Amino acid sequence: MTNALDKELESVVIRFAGDSGDGMQLTGTQFTNATALHGNDLATFPDFPAEIRAPLGTLAGVSGFQIHFGSTRINTPGDTSDVLVAMNVAALKVNIKNLKKGGVIIINSDGFDAKNLRLANVPEVQNPLHDGSLADYDVKIIDITKITRAALSNSGLGTKEIDRCKNMFVLGLVYWMYHRPIENTLNFIKAKFKKNEAVMNANILVLQTGWNYGETTEMFANRFTVAPAKMESGVYRSIMGNQAAAYGLIAAANKSGLSLFYGTYPITPASDILHELSKYKNFDVKTFQAEDEIAAICSSIGAAFGGALAITGSSGPGIALKGEAIGLATMLELPLVIVNIQRAGPSTGLPTKTEQADLNQAMFGRNGECPLVIVSAQSPADCFYMAFEACRIALEHMIPVFFLSDGYIANGAEPWKYPSSADLPKINVEFKKARLADEEKFMPYQRDEKLSRPWALPGTKGLEHRIGGLEKQNITGNISYDASNHEFMVKLRQEKVDLVANHIPLQTIDNGEEAGELLILGWGGTYGALKTATSLLIDQGYKVSHAHLRYLNPFPKNLGEMLSRFKTVVVPELNNGQLVKIIRDRYFIDAIPYNKIQGMPFMSTEVVDKIKEILA
Amino acid sequence: METATTDKLTAKDFSSDQEVRWCPGCGDYSILKQVQTILPDLGRPREEFVFISGIGCSSRFPYYMDTYGMHSIHGRATAVATGLKATRPDLSVWIVTGDGDSLSIGGNHFIHLLRRNPDVNVLLFNNQIYGLTKGQYSPTSEQGKVTKSTPMGSVDYPFNPIALSLGADATFVARTLDRDPKHQQNVIKKGYYHAGTSLIEIYQNCNVFNDGAFEVYTEKGTKKQNTLMMENGMPLLFGENNELGIKLDGFKPVIANLAETSINDIWVHDETDLVKATILSRFYDDPTVENHFPRPFGVFYVNNNKQTFNDLFNNQIDFAKKTYGAGDLDKLIAGKETWVVN
Repeated sequence: MTNALDKELESVVIRFAGDSGDGMQLTGTQFTNATALHGNDLATFPDFPAEIRAPLGTLAGVSGFQIHFGSTRINTPGDTSDVLVAMNVAALKVNIKNLKKGGVIIINSDGFDAKNLRLANVPEVQNPLHDGSLADYDVKIIDITKITRAALSNSGLGTKEIDRCKNMFVLGLVYWMYHRPIENTLNFIKAKFKKNEAVMNANILVLQTGWNYGETTEMFANRFTVAPAKMESGVYRSIMGNQAAAYGLIAAANKSGLSLFYGTYPITPASDILHELSKYKNFDVKTFQAEDEIAAICSSIGAAFGGALAITGSSGPGIALKGEAIGLATMLELPLVIVNIQRAGPSTGLPTKTEQADLNQAMFGRNGECPLVIVSAQSPADCFYMAFEACRIALEHMIPVFFLSDGYIANGAEPWKYPSSADLPKINVEFKKARLADEEKFMPYQRDEKLSRPWALPGTKGLEHRIGGLEKQNITGNISYDASNHEFMVKLRQEKVDLVANHIPLQTIDNGEEAGELLILGWGGTYGALKTATSLLIDQGYKVSHAHLRYLNPFPKNLGEMLSRFKTVVVPELNNGQLVKIIRDRYFIDAIPYNKIQGMPFMSTEVVDKIKEILA
Repeated sequence: METATTDKLTAKDFSSDQEVRWCPGCGDYSILKQVQTILPDLGRPREEFVFISGIGCSSRFPYYMDTYGMHSIHGRATAVATGLKATRPDLSVWIVTGDGDSLSIGGNHFIHLLRRNPDVNVLLFNNQIYGLTKGQYSPTSEQGKVTKSTPMGSVDYPFNPIALSLGADATFVARTLDRDPKHQQNVIKKGYYHAGTSLIEIYQNCNVFNDGAFEVYTEKGTKKQNTLMMENGMPLLFGENNELGIKLDGFKPVIANLAETSINDIWVHDETDLVKATILSRFYDDPTVENHFPRPFGVFYVNNNKQTFNDLFNNQIDFAKKTYGAGDLDKLIAGKETWVVN
């Protein structure tokens, strides 16, 4: 039996790293679920290559999954890790720089043979297992491959299938180290392999072998407990960003009483929204995988004309292709939600890496004067609320709305105190049913106080009308080439966007004083890192505040006034300075950009350092 | 088809208050007139018709119809129509497009529309030229065409829209002409009643930039020699007095003179035969070449056995609702694993 002593920790960061075929994403996801059910707060960061099976054993092929969990509020996946699981040399080489000094490294020694050294470009004399380079760490060398093979020698499975169970050993061992229950994963394995009993039993056996390895060997002097977090009371679940976005869209369809149409074309990292939505046909959710990005948005425009809650989803390169059709939707003044799960660009860029560099594209990326509404989510769970908001604004204002998320929050997970459907607002949609008594002819571009026009569906008697991309006369909707009418309509479409400001919440300070030395103004997926950085700075006595924008066009009405209360405004962004230019232009303040363009999220420590530098 | 209309509609009821702005003498006028003429006969209320177009001269069509309509963007009417028909299968959805709109910029959507087979009707106005942009060659212009953009003649080989459609597994493929109102009405009506995508290519004269492109098929002296009017179940005959016919020598079509060949040996048109439709689609000779085959008009092919996209698409929704019941939003949001924090 184990002599390991239990040690209590406030929070832990574990990074699982291996070859892209080693099952590290699955290991991380399982560990996340068990940890969520245990009641810890958490944040995750899956970090994987663009290739499905990148060359085996190489640095390019390393797939990582980082989880930060604790008994306190957790806002980021952690800047550096406490534990690194390295299934091979390449995984160690890529990830060791972010391991804390003294941290634990769990090494699969089989992944450090001559072949793996060569593939990772490490000379044999520099084999980290023998050259002393790991002296500062607590290294646990285990031949996971050998143990897995021995455990499954009677399983009847081939070597290839046996080796694919290695990740379960890791999972079992880490479960033991952190006192996580394994039942949840047992159920998962049973469901996943219900049609292949041999594989099911093999995975279960290796999972238990990993657990028992911790229990029986004396390799580990300590086991760790991380008490459940003191979170607001309520019922929680674990949620990933794209999943939350899909649920938000379905909730909006439910709350507006419309059927949902999602026209899309597969693209990383947005495809999971399609996968998720396609499961819920019984919610009257209609998903359409079109032949290309243009057809995806155009089919959605057709569905919007017919009265559906119409959504199209993609990532930057796909949004570029949709540009002309977004302009059409603007002219048609039909409700349409455009989902952009941003990734690092331009062009194909870094498809699996995160960036927030499509704000300019959303704001300006079309021909002509073509303003539309933009909202963005700040965390995985927030994707639910902002996807819902995008739909609400689109439907209630008859206008296209951009919903911006990014690869980091799309794939990241966090605990979510989810709402009940009764807590969500109703979305008011009224189709025009007939002409009024004094209406001789239907006027498709008649307007209400929000400047939105009536939604008259084909099939409604007496409201036959034509819409299109040519400039039209206000009220009648007839084609108009009149010069002053064009200027009038351009201004009107802008005003229609501006008026949305009357129907969104005012901006609040998330953390810190309402006025002071310095305001950190962020947007999108950087929320967690900026929140943590702000807390650290405040703890160290700095007069710093943090506000995070979720409404980017129009801005909340009080934003300018809020900015004026701070001596300095810093705008950190994962791009080359996009929001900062808009802020400087709009509010005429000397906002300071702080940019990172590495396909990676901010580390809170680097934000802290930058703010100190600015304040110095 | 059962409808709720009381008074029978007339062609005038389908005419909008917008001034028609095609060039005088344009073939588009005839197509507009034929469509407005047949719609009242279809026994469907006016509000159920939706005309969706792309960009080009032909695509102004919806503005002139007093129905629902959308003048969308270049090449994409097919995609807009697919989304509309998927969500609103109750509507009669029509796509109005041209040779540039559907076969050049919209080529991708065109083939995918046909492959999916939603129950919509495509009116493909083919004038073998770009009219709206003032006279560049189109993907159906003959090779060597001298236009503003091809002063030495175009080097591109033209698309054969009928063969392309059959290749994309279209379930209704037909060709008609602007100058033959009765034939046009007849073919468009058949297309309307077909359940699935109906592709109707209409030879349409652009009297400004490509005048006379089809006159060999429309003018008295040449028409009969050069056109093959296909009728289902009837022998394929042509010529001034129907003295010529098409005979199959294995898979090879041959022009036969009835003076030497029995009428019983002449190929009888069967619009459900894909192989024969494919052979007929290849009757695409340059009419100035000697011994050329006549150009076929009428219905090449009909397949009534392919389910429509809108049915397949909505059947899955119905099946899911029946099997799992209407979705429960609270259950969806909560998921399968939750925990309580006190």
